Formats: sequence, structure tokens, C-alpha cells
Amino acid sequence: MALNDYIASRKQNKDLLLMTHVVCGYPSFDANLKELEIMAEAGVDFVELQFPFSEPSADGPLFVKANQIAVESGVTVEQCFEFMAKVSQRFDFKVLMMGYYNTVFKMGHEAFVDALKAAGGCGFIVPDLPLEEAGTLHEYAKSQDIAPIVLMTPTNTDERLQTIAKAADGFVYVVARRGVTGGKTEMDAEVGEFLDKCRDISPVPTGVGFGVSAKEDLDFLAKHADMGIIGTAALKAWEEGEEKALREFFGSLGLL
Amino acid sequence: MDLFDFEPGREGYYGEYGGCFLPEILTTTIEELKAAFQDIKHDPSFWQEFEQLMQSYSGRPTPVSHLANLSAKLGGAQIYVKREDLNHTGSHKINNVMGQGLLCKRLGKKRVIAETGAGQHGFATATMAARFGFDCKIYMGAVDVARQRPNVFWMENLGAEVVAVQDGQQTLKDAINECLRDWVTNMHDTHYVLGTAAGPHPFPEMVSYFQSIIGREARGQIQKVAGKLPDRVFACVGGGSNAMGLFQGFLDDQQVELIGCEAGGLGPGEGNHASRLAYKDASVGVAQGFKTYFLQNKDGNMLHTKSVAAGLDYIGVNPALVHLWERERVRFEAVTDAEVTEALKLCMKTEGLIPALESSHAFARAIEEAPKMSKDEVILINQSGRGDKDIFTVADALDDDHWKEFIKVKAEHYGAE
Ligand SMILES: Cc1ncc(COP(=O)(O)O)c(C=O)c1O
Repeated sequence: MALNDYIASRKQNKDLLLMTHVVCGYPSFDANLKELEIMAEAGVDFVELQFPFSEPSADGPLFVKANQIAVESGVTVEQCFEFMAKVSQRFDFKVLMMGYYNTVFKMGHEAFVDALKAAGGCGFIVPDLPLEEAGTLHEYAKSQDIAPIVLMTPTNTDERLQTIAKAADGFVYVVARRGVTGGKTEMDAEVGEFLDKCRDISPVPTGVGFGVSAKEDLDFLAKHADMGIIGTAALKAWEEGEEKALREFFGSLGLL
Repeated sequence: MDLFDFEPGREGYYGEYGGCFLPEILTTTIEELKAAFQDIKHDPSFWQEFEQLMQSYSGRPTPVSHLANLSAKLGGAQIYVKREDLNHTGSHKINNVMGQGLLCKRLGKKRVIAETGAGQHGFATATMAARFGFDCKIYMGAVDVARQRPNVFWMENLGAEVVAVQDGQQTLKDAINECLRDWVTNMHDTHYVLGTAAGPHPFPEMVSYFQSIIGREARGQIQKVAGKLPDRVFACVGGGSNAMGLFQGFLDDQQVELIGCEAGGLGPGEGNHASRLAYKDASVGVAQGFKTYFLQNKDGNMLHTKSVAAGLDYIGVNPALVHLWERERVRFEAVTDAEVTEALKLCMKTEGLIPALESSHAFARAIEEAPKMSKDEVILINQSGRGDKDIFTVADALDDDHWKEFIKVKAEHYGAE
């Protein structure tokens, strides 16, 4: 429940929290650190560190490329945890592991949670692990005060959303639209309604990701959720012009 | 044995293997698919409709042929072949595809997507889409597009759009990832026609169900032509659909030995082959929607695979086959590229048969074992596809000089246009 206190305290000074995303080792761990410094300056509240996987089937083109290059350049799970330890010591924001279930499965549930905890992580987001398969992992994580983050999506029935809500811990990751990461989301009335519904059903705060890229998106989300999640847009900025472009990007969000 | 009579809470599991590991956004779609599949499975009129369609469109039942010359030459067991190569589009892939086409109609969906490695499944899906009037998009790794151009040519002419996937190793597994990405975007009007008995539940069960038409026919046929059940049954194993299709006909016949033949490529060693069970380079993991043996490293990232047969060049394997392998009901063997080309040559010369490179894996293993068996023993091989259609790949595998000369002349001719 430590995460609840953290979220509540961060929410005292702002309407909308922010989570950003970095693919470990892409383009390099050094570049990751530079990205994270800018993100820290922009006042982000959470960062998801994606552990690269060779089959990133829920990701869009930019993250697919990042995963692939990181894997090919030999980034290991061990290095990712070492990096996480460094990051969680150095920065104020909280860190989560994001990745695919095979990474967790190969380590073993307990070893994974223990390593995550030792590295200062506060939770994990594993999008290809459905609730039905998550039992023992989630149980052990909760016993260690590590938050397993569950996802709500626009194709879920109301009944399913209730089931997901029961399993929620820390915050709920609300997927704003169908598809993979990277595309644009029209933040319209329909999306607003869906976000309101999730917020209503969820016992914990909600964060919204997939296609969040501009100040208007954040203004919109401030009315319907507790946190905005920026993934591809930040990596895109980095790809276009490294530190300068990433600063400009957070500047355009009104955060720098 | 009913593999598909799942224990409560273990739906889609075969022992420890299988399951359904997909992003939450697909939950509703998968539930719909499972329900529609259960409907057809329990509707006897569906199987009739399916059989009639396969008869009128694909020439079923395919025969079982006795290979008298080859049997005599090897001097051991009598060898018989189930002729899936005689299907329309030249392989067993059409069985699954037409079944899923009928299912797609029941789901009320108008668009189909499919992954393809060798191109056989993409080709079959494009045919089905044309016949049923569905929009069709085929994802194929860029490496496979380059080595299987004739199948791309046919898919495009059948009206399908073929997308060359540039990610990863640019082969079958990457095409599957791309299908999953399309599906999480377009599930409302799109059915994903997975081409092998792998991936998330219900695909391994569903594809095995449609392919079981092979074994249902073969069991009666072999008894008629050979006068007894086979002693050994050989099938090649990529994802596992033709093997599951044939093996299901004999699962309850304990005296029938079932042998799955995997791609041994260059031989054992990480990166040299696509053999998940016969060699020791694979371990249990969860990827592409299911739990099975994968060729992967200790971090769970997938290894490169290698085989002369694109259709066997896959990192994972049907979960029911793993379960049957652990229970010692199915034996697994690897066949190297070199053994495959020798078997293909022998088959052509002695029998006038041209098995696909994939199927030639099953032939190669049978050819090795037949001489050590007695003359009254019976072998049944699944000829899952025909090789003449893949003339470019086969000519490459056989390193045929006349063919190379022809291609050079042809290329000059196109160059001069
Ligand atoms: C002729 C042929 N046989 C076998 C296979 C392997 O697939 P499966 O193991 O699903 O039968 C393929 C795959 O493309 C094929 O084209």
C-alpha cells in the first residue's frame, strides 16, 4: 500500500501525475540515463523500464525496433536489474518493470519479484499475462509490497472490468484505444466516457496510456484520470534530436 | 484418449503446456472465438458441411498409396503414404483454412489475416478468402518473401495483400507477431486464421480439430490397403498441425508408434536447427500466446532457427505434442538438411513422388528406420505437401545446374526488357 501514499502525496501539488517509458539499453544505458535526467527535471512521477524481449507483440513499430536492437546488442535481464537499481537510487520518481511474461517466467516468479524489490522497483506491468494466469505471481508480489499493475481496455465488458478491478493494486493502467503502442488517440467524448467508467470501477488511481503525446491530451486526461502515460512520443523525440528534442518535447507539455 | 477434455480450471492445457497468454484487449475476442468453436464442434452438421466442402473443393478424401518400389529397395517394412499433397493448393494447410473460413462466416467477420512462413498457409488462406469473399492480408517475413516468391505471386493474384515483415529475424515468428498487432487493432471485423496448431488456446485445439480429417480418413484407409494398422506413423513437425492431424487417428491404438520429425538443419547446437524436442537446445517458455518448448536463451529471448524447409523453421511447437512426448506416446527425431535432400531424391527416382521439403523430413526418418523393420510391418508417412510447387527452393536444395542456367537466361531476358 506504499504506492497509494506515494500517489496521494504526489497528487497534492498537481491534477495529473505522469509516467514515462524507457527501453533498457536502447539506444544505450548511457542514453537512457540522459533521458531519465530530463524526465526527472520535468517532474515525472513514475518511469517504466522496459526489459527488452525478442517478441514484443503488443508494441508498435518504434518500440519493436528498440526492443530488437537492445536484444541484438546483448542487453541482459541482469543488466536491466542493475540499471534499475542505479536509477531508483539516483532519482525521486518511482520505477516499475515493464516487459513480457517470458522474462518473468524464465527467472521464476519469486526470483523475479525478489530481484525487482532488491533493485528498488515498486511494481511491474506485463501486458501478455492475463489475470487467469497471474495468480501465484500476483500473490507473491503483493506479499512483498510490489504492485502488479493490471490493465483495463475498451473492449472489456463491464463484468470483466469488475473482475480486473478486484485484482488491481497500486494503479490501473487504462489502455485508451485498440491497437499497439505508438499510434495517435483521438481524445473524444467516447474515450472520456470510457475513462470515467474505469475510474469509477477501479479501487485504485487510474493511469492512461496509448497515444498520449501532447499538452491537449494531458489537459483532457486531467479531467478523466489520475495519471497520463507517455511512451512512444518521448522516444520519438529522442530519436529526432536526442537531449535537445526531448527537452523541447517536455517543454511543449508545459513541464520544462 | 481425449486430449481436449480439459480439467476444470485447466482449459487449453495439455499437461503443463498450452494456455492462453494474450493482452487483455483480446479477451472478449478470444471468448467469442472459443464459444463459436464449441458450437461447431458440438454441431454434427458442421463436420458434414466441412467434409462436403473439402470433397468438392479440395478433392478429399486424399488416398493412401503403397510405395512398393521404395519398400522393396529398402528391404524392410511396407511403406504407405497419406497423400495430403493432392489437396488443392498442394498441402494439408487447406484443411485448417477452409474450416476456419466456415467458422469466420459464423462469426460474421469480413476480413481475415494470416501469417505464413513457407507461403503454403498464406496461399491456402488467400484461396479461402477469394472463395468466401473475405478481405485478406497476409503477413510474411521479408526473408521468406525473398525465398518464396512464387507463393507471393499466387497470393497476390488471388486478391490478397502480402505484407513483408521487416522486424526481428523476418521469418514466421515475426509474421505471427505482426498478425497479433493487426488483430489487437481490428478484432471487431477481423478473424486471425492461424496456420498451425500453435499459439493461444483455442488455436491448438481448433487447428488440430480441422486437421483431424487426415487421421480419420487414414485409419480406415490403411487398414483397407495394408490389411492392418500401421506399426509406425511418421509426420514432420513445424508448429505441429499435420502431425496432430494424422496422429489423432491412432492415439488410442497403443501398438501404433507415432514419430514426429523435426528440422535438424545443420545438426545440434544453438542456432543450427529448428528442433525443439529431439535436440536439447530448447526449454519451456511463454511466447506468442502459449506455453511450450521454445528455442530460446536463458533470458527467454528467442534464438535464430535454421532449416532447408521454411515451413518447419519455427521456435515453438504444439503443446499437445509436448505433452504426448513427455508421456512417451510420441517419439521425436530430428532430420538434417542433408538427409532431407537425399530422401527427396530417392523418393523422386524410385516412386515418382515429389514430397515438399517439410514432408521429406518424415520420409527421411522412415527411410532410415524401414530397413531395420520386418517385411510384414507397416509404415505410414504423411506427405503433408508437394514439392514441385516450391521449385525454386527445391532446386536450391538440390543445387541443380540446369535450373541455375535457366534462371540466368530468364534474368537476362527480364533485364533486357
Ligand atoms: C507442406 C508442409 N508441411 C508441413 C508444414 C509444417 O507445419 P505443421 O507442423 O503445422 O504441419 C508446412 C508449413 O508450412 C508445410 O507447408
